[in-house]
Amino acid sequence: MKRRLLLMLPLLGFLVLMLFLYLGLGLNPFHRESKLVQDARAFPAFELSTLEDPERRVDESLIKGEVTLVNVWGEWCPECKREMPQLLDLAERGIRLVGVNWKDTREKGLGFLDEFGDPFVVNVFDPDGELAFELGVYGAPESFLVDADGVIRYHHTGYISPSDLRDTILPEVEKWQ
Amino acid sequence: MLIQMIPEIGHFALVVAMLMAAVQAVMPLAGAALRRPLWMAFARPMAAGQFLFVVIAYLCLTASYLFDDFTVANVANNSNSMLPWYYKLSAVWGNHEGSVLLWSLMLAGWSYMAARFSRDLPRDMVARVLGVMGLVGVGFLAFVLVTSNPFDRLLPNAPSDGADLNPLLQDIGLILHPPMLYMGYVGFSVVFAFAIAALLGGRLDAAWTRWARPWTNLAWAFLTVGIALGSWWAYYELGWGGWWFWDPVENASLLPWLTGTALMHSLAVTEKRGSFKSWTVLLAIFTFSLSLLGTFLVRSGVLTSVHAFANDPSRGFFILVLLGITVGLSLLIFALRAPRVSHQVGFNWLSRDALLLINNILLVIMTVTVLMGTVYPLLLDALDLGKISVGPPYFNALFVPLTVIMSIFMGLGPVSRWKRMDGRELVKRLWLSGVAAVVIAAVMPFIIGGEWNLWVALGLVTALWIVLPLVRDLFDKTRNAPTRLAGLKKLSLAHWGMVLGHLGLAVTIVGVAVVSNFAIERNVRMSPGDSVSVAGYTFTMRDLTSRRGPNYIGEGAEFEVRRGDSQRSFFMNPEKRTYIARGMPMSQVALRPGLFRDLYLAMGEDLGDGSWAMRVQYKPFVRWLWLGALLMAAGGALAVADRRYRRLATAKDPEKAVEVRTAGEAPA
Repeated sequence: MKRRLLLMLPLLGFLVLMLFLYLGLGLNPFHRESKLVQDARAFPAFELSTLEDPERRVDESLIKGEVTLVNVWGEWCPECKREMPQLLDLAERGIRLVGVNWKDTREKGLGFLDEFGDPFVVNVFDPDGELAFELGVYGAPESFLVDADGVIRYHHTGYISPSDLRDTILPEVEKWQ
Repeated sequence: MLIQMIPEIGHFALVVAMLMAAVQAVMPLAGAALRRPLWMAFARPMAAGQFLFVVIAYLCLTASYLFDDFTVANVANNSNSMLPWYYKLSAVWGNHEGSVLLWSLMLAGWSYMAARFSRDLPRDMVARVLGVMGLVGVGFLAFVLVTSNPFDRLLPNAPSDGADLNPLLQDIGLILHPPMLYMGYVGFSVVFAFAIAALLGGRLDAAWTRWARPWTNLAWAFLTVGIALGSWWAYYELGWGGWWFWDPVENASLLPWLTGTALMHSLAVTEKRGSFKSWTVLLAIFTFSLSLLGTFLVRSGVLTSVHAFANDPSRGFFILVLLGITVGLSLLIFALRAPRVSHQVGFNWLSRDALLLINNILLVIMTVTVLMGTVYPLLLDALDLGKISVGPPYFNALFVPLTVIMSIFMGLGPVSRWKRMDGRELVKRLWLSGVAAVVIAAVMPFIIGGEWNLWVALGLVTALWIVLPLVRDLFDKTRNAPTRLAGLKKLSLAHWGMVLGHLGLAVTIVGVAVVSNFAIERNVRMSPGDSVSVAGYTFTMRDLTSRRGPNYIGEGAEFEVRRGDSQRSFFMNPEKRTYIARGMPMSQVALRPGLFRDLYLAMGEDLGDGSWAMRVQYKPFVRWLWLGALLMAAGGALAVADRRYRRLATAKDPEKAVEVRTAGEAPA
C-alpha cells in the first residue's frame, strides 16, 4: 500500500502544477498591478551611482519632490527601443523622467541613449539589478509613476505604446500631480 | 467555384479527421479491454484516414495562402500578395492557428507511421497504442476546430491585401525550425502511447521498450535539430548575436529534450537488463507531458516571450484542460497500474546500470531546475508573493555545474560493464584519458583565445573527458579483430549512434565554453571610410547602399574586411530593412561563418550626418554549438538504423502486411 501511495506522488505534483497554471491563466503578465502599487508603498530605498557619472551617488530622495516616471530599461531590451519615442514625448510635455539602467554596462547604456535619445533627467545605474529587484521588476521595460511624496502610484509592465501614453500614463500623471 | 470553396473543404476535412480520430481512440481501446478483435481492427484504417484528412485540411490552408485568399482571416493576417511564394508556404505555420494545425498534422503522421511499422506487435498492443494516439489527436483537432479555426472567413469585408508575415519570420530558419521542433514534440507521443498501452495491458516487461526505442530516438533527433535551428535562427535573425536566451519558450523545448535524453538511456537499461521498469514508463509520460506543457506555455500567453503569438484566455483554458486530462489520466493510470512489487535486478554501485541511473537523476534535476526557473515568476505571482525576475544568471549558475557533474559520469558510463565493474580496471582504462584531458584543456585556452581562462579550460576538460574514454574504448573493442578497420566495422550502428551522440554533446560544450568567454563585441559609430579593428580583423565601411526588395526597402552598408596585413580581403553587407506592409524595421545581419570563428556585422540606427551605429562581433567556435547538435541528432538517427530494428520493420512487405492483417481480422 505504501508503494502505491508513492506512485501517486507524480500525479499529486502534477495537480499542484495544474492549479498554478490555472491561476496563471487569470493573471496577465502585462498590465498587472504589482504588489507595490496595491499597497501604495514608498519607493524602495537604494544607493547607486548614475549611468552618466560613476562618481555621483544617488538615493531614493532623487525620486521625491515632483511626480516622476521611473523607467527601467536596458540596452539589450528591444522593446525599450520601441518605447523611446513615447518617453521622449513625455519629457517634452515637461514630465520628469528618471531611468533605471538595468543589467547593463555603462558603455552600452550610454550608447543606447546616444542612439535613441535621452528623455531622462538622470539614469540610475543598476548593473546587478538591486533596485530592480526591490521594485519587483519582472522584465524590462517597466515603468513606475511616483508622486511628490515618493509613493508609487502606478505601475506599467511592458512597452508603453502611443495609445498607452494617451489613455493611461497621461491621465495617471494628471491624477497625482 | 471550387477554388472559392477551398477553405470550406479544409474545414470539413478537419471535422472528418476529428471524427476518425475519435473512432481510432474509442473502438480499439474498448476492443482491447473487451477482447473484440473486430473493434481493435479499427485502429489502423482510422489512423490512415485521420492522417489523410488532416493532410487535405493542411493542403487547403496552404492553397488559400498560395492563391492569396484574403477572405480567410488567417491568410489576411499573416500573408501579403507581395510575399514570395516560399514564405507563403511557411507562413502557414507562422501563426497560432496554422501551427496548431501543423501539430495535429504531425501527430496524425506519427500515428500513421506507428500503424504502418507495427506489424509484428501483438494485436491488443497495436490497438492500445493507436487508441491512445487517437485520443490525443481528438483533443488537438477539437482545439483547432473550437478555438483556433484557421479557415475562419472575413466576409463580407475582406481586405484587398494582407497584413504580411512578421518580417522576423521571413527566413529559412523559420521555414525549418517549427516543423523540426514539432516533429520532436509530437514524436514523443509514440513512446508515450507505448508506455500507456503497456500499463493498460499489464505487460510491463522489456518487450515494449524494444519497440519504443527507435521511435524515441527518432523523435529525440528531430527535437535536437529543432532546438539547434531555433538557436541558430535567433543568432542571426534577432541581430544581437545571442544563441540562447533562457526564454520561456526555449526552455519549453529544452524540458522534453532533457527528459527525452533520460528516457533514451532508461529505455536502454530496461531493454537490456529488465530493471527501472516503472521509472522508464514515468519518464515516457513526463517527456510527452512536457511537450504538451511547452505547447501550453507558448499558446496560452501565461508567460511573456518573443514567441507568444496570441494571448487568448479561452485558448489557454482549452489547452490547459487538454493537458490536465492527458497528463492527469496517464499519471493516474501509472499510479494504479505500475507494478506494485519492485523486483529489481541487482547491480553493483559501480556498474553501467548505476551510472545510467545517476545520469537519469541528474537529467531530471536539470529538468526541474529549468522548469522551476520558467514557472517560478508565475507561481510567486499566483501566490501574491511579489515578483521576481529569473534570468540567465539563475540558469547558468545551476545548469553549468550540473552539466559538468553529468559529464564526469558520461566519461565512465560507456566504458563500464553492466551489473558490476571492477574499480581497479576502470581506473586502469581511464587514467590516461583523464590526464590527457586535463593537460590539453590547460593549454588550449592560450591557443584559442591567447589568454588563460578557467571557464574555457573547464569546458574543454569536460568535453575531452566525454570523448577520450570513448576513443580508448574503440581501441579496446577492436583489439582482437584481424584489422582495426574490420573491428570498427563489426561494431553495431547503435554503438556508433551512442559514440556520435556523446561526441556531439562534447562539441557543443566546447562551443558554449569558448564563445561565452572569448567573444568580442564592439558598438561603433561609422560612416563611409571609417575602420574598426576587432580580434585582428579590420572592418572598413566602403559605401552605403539603398535598394528595394520584393516587400521591403533595404538600407545597407558595404564593408571590406581584412585579416591582419593580409593581401586578400572580402566584403560583408549588413542591411537594415523596412518591411512595407507593417512598417517594421529589421536588421539583416552580415555573417562570415567559419568553423573556428564567425564575423558578425549588424546595422544599428541611422545617426544622421551619414553615419550609422554598427555592431561588430567576433564569435569564436560558435558553429560548434550547432555542429554538436547535428552530431547528436545524427547519432540518434543512426541508432534507429541498427539492424535489430530494421529486421523488425522490414520483415514483410509493408503494404501487403497491412492489407492481410486488416482483411484477416475483419470477419472475426
